[in-house]
Amino acid sequence: MADDSRVFQVEIITPDRIFHTGGATMIEFNTAAGELGVYKRHIPLTTVLAPGIVKIHNDGEEDVVAAVHSGFAEILPDKVTLLAEVAEWPQEIDKNRAEEARKRAEERLAHKTEAVDVKRAEFALRKALVRIDLSK
Amino acid sequence: MASMRDIKRRKGSIQSTQQITKAMKLVSTVKLQKAKNRAEQTNPYFNYMYQTVTSMLAKSGTINHPYLNRGTSAKKAVIVITSNRGLAGGYNSNITKLVTGSDALPAKDVEVYAIGNKGKEALERRGYEVKMDGSGIIESPSYADAAELCKRVLGDYTAGEIGEIYLAYTHFKNTVSHEPKLIKLLPVEFDGEEIESAAASNVLMNYEPNEEEALDMIIPKYVTSLFYGALVEAVASENGARMQAMDSATSNAEEMISDLTLKYNRARQGSITQELTEIIAGASAIS
Repeated sequence: MADDSRVFQVEIITPDRIFHTGGATMIEFNTAAGELGVYKRHIPLTTVLAPGIVKIHNDGEEDVVAAVHSGFAEILPDKVTLLAEVAEWPQEIDKNRAEEARKRAEERLAHKTEAVDVKRAEFALRKALVRIDLSK
Repeated sequence: MASMRDIKRRKGSIQSTQQITKAMKLVSTVKLQKAKNRAEQTNPYFNYMYQTVTSMLAKSGTINHPYLNRGTSAKKAVIVITSNRGLAGGYNSNITKLVTGSDALPAKDVEVYAIGNKGKEALERRGYEVKMDGSGIIESPSYADAAELCKRVLGDYTAGEIGEIYLAYTHFKNTVSHEPKLIKLLPVEFDGEEIESAAASNVLMNYEPNEEEALDMIIPKYVTSLFYGALVEAVASENGARMQAMDSATSNAEEMISDLTLKYNRARQGSITQELTEIIAGASAIS
């Protein structure tokens, strides 16, 4: 078991369910300002999530890995809460669908016209890439 | 006294109505179970969202942000969540009454974003302007639907078309009690007490990238989650209300049937007695 003084609570909550709760010694996730790794006793911080992979490390246990797409994170010294709009376990991801989404998004970005919402296409591409990455 | 045949026919018709109400009750019970579970699952997300936003705003009282200031337009948007189907007791009329009875919402200043046919029709009849009809959503609300709705409403808000946003929905307290609610979404307002307690709980919160940008991103999510929570609760309330309405309809039918059965038996008895008297009278006349 992990040493208690290094363990903090992690909660991942989505609108449809409580996605994950448990202890962790370190959590890694992607924010709008870049990748972030959090240990216990982090300064209180609220940050905006970007599509990416969440990795929860807990000594002596297997890492918990999931895809999280948008939302925000509230970091307190002894607790990290991720409020995500979408969160998925690796086994829930449909790789073929993600692959198709990636192609569609790339297509749209390659042929930029007035009608293409570049930001949205980029966001879709990033989500697809995260999904593909995780399902490997 | 009504004839035996009339009573029998009446009884038959009530019996078949009772079968329908019974079936409807069973259907809405099942739907209620599902909707209730969903509402319970959504709750933690919604609560966290509310807590975070309150604590954020508690410390950012001085921020000048479009979502925190009243828009210039006098128009007020009201998102009215009702059902597409009737036979749910006072469920739909309670919501309409809440909107029409509110002093803050005079008909000429209100633009209705209707979710649910019944509320839309009722408000249209009373002279409210219906700006959007999203009645399909209520059949099976998803988070994506809520996000879409939020985008639309916030778009109109930032474009200056509307100055305030209200939400009218039915809060699902428990299976038997539902409460129509009218809440103000934007500009965001919390009462001082909540802000104080939130401010006391976590003293120094940092924001990344910075408060304004975080607010920019979190407020739409907050509104979306409120929409989603309201939609899910409204569905649960609708089915709860229908279940109750159908339950009382079934027991009313039961009562009427037993009443009619008594009347029917009396009429039968009466006709037998009458027949007997006639036969006896006839027989004595012959002898």
